[in-house]
This record gives sequence, C-alpha cells and structure tokens, in this order.
Amino acid sequence: MEAPTPNVGEYASTSDDDDGLFRVRALVRPGLASASFALARGVCLVLTGASGSGKTLLLRALADLDPNDGIVTLGGTSRAAIAAPEWRRRVVYVGAEAGWWAACVGDHFIDRAAATPLLAALLLPEAAFDWPVSRLSTGERQRLALARSIALAPEVLLLDEPTSGLDPEAVHAAEALLRRELARGVAIVMVTHDRAQAERLADVRLFMDHGVLAAAEEAAAEGAAADASSAADRRA
Amino acid sequence: MTYIPLGYGDLALAALLIGVNAALSIVYRLALGRRLVIAAVRMVVQLLLVGLVLEALFSATSPLLTLCIVLVMVAFAGHEITARQTRPFAGWWTRGIGAGSMMIAGITVTVIALTTQIRPEPWYDPRYAIPLLGMVLGNAMSGVSVGLDRLLSAATRERATIEARLCLGQSFPEAISELRRAAVRSGLIPTINSMSAAGVVFLPGMMTGQILAGVEPAQAVKYQILIMFLIAGGTGLGVVSATVVAARRLTDDRHRLRVDRLISGRESG
Repeated sequence: MEAPTPNVGEYASTSDDDDGLFRVRALVRPGLASASFALARGVCLVLTGASGSGKTLLLRALADLDPNDGIVTLGGTSRAAIAAPEWRRRVVYVGAEAGWWAACVGDHFIDRAAATPLLAALLLPEAAFDWPVSRLSTGERQRLALARSIALAPEVLLLDEPTSGLDPEAVHAAEALLRRELARGVAIVMVTHDRAQAERLADVRLFMDHGVLAAAEEAAAEGAAADASSAADRRA
Repeated sequence: MTYIPLGYGDLALAALLIGVNAALSIVYRLALGRRLVIAAVRMVVQLLLVGLVLEALFSATSPLLTLCIVLVMVAFAGHEITARQTRPFAGWWTRGIGAGSMMIAGITVTVIALTTQIRPEPWYDPRYAIPLLGMVLGNAMSGVSVGLDRLLSAATRERATIEARLCLGQSFPEAISELRRAAVRSGLIPTINSMSAAGVVFLPGMMTGQILAGVEPAQAVKYQILIMFLIAGGTGLGVVSATVVAARRLTDDRHRLRVDRLISGRESG
C-alpha cells in the first residue's frame, strides 16, 4: 500500500470523447490503494491477480457493499445521488459464493418470465425454478446466481469468478450469455483466474497486486503475469 | 398471615446440597466445581446485601433513593445483556441498547402497574416498586439477551444471504426482516411458554413466595396473573425496541451490512 497511486486512467473508453458509462476515480478503502478506471458501454474489463490481492475488495466497493471513498459515476450520475438499493440493481455484484435466503430457487427471482430465457441460455430447464436450493450443485448455484442477477437488466455487472465451478460446456454457455449482455451495452468487470477465459472475453485487462491496480501490460513487464500481449486479439 | 422465619443454621444445612453438586462435578469430571462454588457464594453475598439495602430503602421511602436503585438495576441488566452476547457491537452500543431497552421495558410497565392497578401510597413506594421492577427486568433481560444474540449472530452467520439480497437491490430493512422477526420470536417464546405452563407445570415463584408468607392462594394468584401480564408486556417492548435499534446499527445510510461494527468471535459465557 506504500506504492504510489497509479492513475490507470481511461483504458476502456472506446473513443476519446466518449464520456464512459461507468467511471471510477480515486476509489479507496482499507486494503485497496486509490483505483481509477472508466468503462464504456459493452466493454469487458478482466481483473486478474493473486488470491488476497484485493480484487474482491474492489468489486465490493464498486457495489457499495463496504464503506469506501471515491467518485463513482454511472452514465454521468454520481453514485452519491443514487439510493443504494437502486445503485445495486444497476451495478450488480455477483459474488463468488452466492447466498440463498428462501428454500425454493424461484423465490429468488423477481420476474420469472424475464429470467426463463436466461436459464435456457445457461443450460438450465425452466423447472429449475421449482428446485429446492439445498439440492443445487455448485455449478447450478453459480449459474442460477448469474441468471437472477442478469434478470435485473443491470447496466454494469461485477462478476467474481463467475464460471469457477462450471464444466466446459457450461462455461461456454455462460460466456456466450455474457457476450450477449456486452452486445446489449452492459459493461462488465470480471475477476477470473482462468487465463484462457480472460483472453476470450477481455477488452481491457487490469492487474491487482497487494491492493494496487495496474495495467496488465505493466504487470507482464515486471514478470508477474505472462502473455498479456495477446489480450488484443481476444474475442474472435 | 403466618410465616415461619428461617435461621442461618437452616441455610447452612441447605448449602450442603451445593456440596452434593460439587461431588457430582468431580465424579463426572464436569469441571463445574469452581464455577458452582463461586456462583453459590455470589448468590449468598448478593442476596444478603440486597436484603440490607431493601430494609434501608423501605424504611426511608425516598423517591430519590428509589430512583437511584432503579437506575442501578437497569444498568446491571444492560451489563448482563452485553455479557450474554456472542458477538456484541464494538464500543458502548450493546450496553446502551441493553440498558435502553430495559429502561423502556421495565419502567413503563412498572409505572403503569403502580399508578393504575396496585396503587400504593405513595405510588413509588419502594416496597412495591422495586420487587415489581425486579421481576419485569429479570424476565425482559432474558428475552432481550436471547433476541439480540439471535439477531447479531444471524447477521454474521447469514452474511452471504443478507448481502445476496442487498446485491439484488433489496433495501436493508427488507434484507434483514426475516432474521429480525426470528430474533423477536426467540426473545418472546420463553415468556409465552412460561405463561402456558404456569400453574400446571410449575408454580410461579412470586405466588409461591406469597403463599409461604401466609397470603390466601386466591389473592396470590391474582398478583401472579398481574405480574405475568407485566412480564409479557415488558419483554415484548424490550425485545422489539432492542432489535429495532440493533438492526439500525447493523446498517448505514448506504444500506450496507455492517458486521464490522461487531466484535469478532467471543466465547459465550
């Protein structure tokens, strides 16, 4: 944390005059040095770094789940001007381990009709709404958590290892769904340990090291991460 | 009215029973011997002191002195509630919530009973006020301890589910509502159980005491019914007010779950 604050800047803006959908400036919280970046609509930022480096802390701060300071704006409106529940509906955080409060899967969805195509996209039958949560496998939990979040039609998705428990087929389906969301204009900040996945999805890559956010290229230069150079030709 | 006075020799004889318990503890290796003896000694000393204080208090009938005793009782109840928490709030919050809810629970209910039903002269006559308050506080304290402990440990244990709800855009009151209801329920159930079992499964303490002191059973029963209502009302007020304030303290203006305001893992007494 004694490292100087890098201004990572406007990596993800598709053009210079684009104001950016999601802007983060000088975001600080315990365990995290000042973080800044901006994302335009439809951009996927992939965040990598060792376990415990502060990736989850950053996502939680962006969703305003933990106390933090800094300027965060969505479509030009400051977070402070948006009530917290509304903010979290528009900037949805999907944690690594989803919580389930009701006994039945369907009770976690506000609008089942809107969520049905999402289940299908994630290779889940519509009958999954009636499944008891206690019987879900890790992969099913993960996909259902993704579905109930995307069903809110958020503008920004904050994903913490969204496919870590999925088989290759389900990973493929989940990535296809995320690409569709990106195409709709959703911005994504995703944490993943899967290097191939990062290459497939990332428009921008950032690297977290001991709470300091840096461009993945810099990290690669320091030898901390390999093959960041191929980030450009991802998403064929 | 007739009652049989006890001498200290009678008490010493009864204290042998504690010796039996201590022996059991040694035989079964319960490691309770020390705690048992300390608790028994505490009980004896505390009660003897209270006897002295009450004698002085009753002969004085001073409103100021009575108020002082009331405040001390409320403060002790607040302290006891804090001591029974697995994960209390940092700082003075748990103590404050405990004492505050005891104040609301005990004092409102006792004052209402003194001014409308029992009506001693003067209404604050400590001979009535202090025992009534003591009974209401004792029960409300248990209810608040259980309710608060339920809420605060659930907030820690169910952090993932509460935050999942917050992440899907629910407000904090929505996200905590079920846990808060469960906490209030668990705080009230012992009182409800003791009402339904009173007279059938056990004879309530105050009624038994009055009967031993020579009061007609019919009269003692009426007093007991009044006390049961006071206890139920006081416990309800106490548990609800404590959980409302605690739930507030568990969040902030950004509807976050603030478990960081709780002291982490502590052995429950």
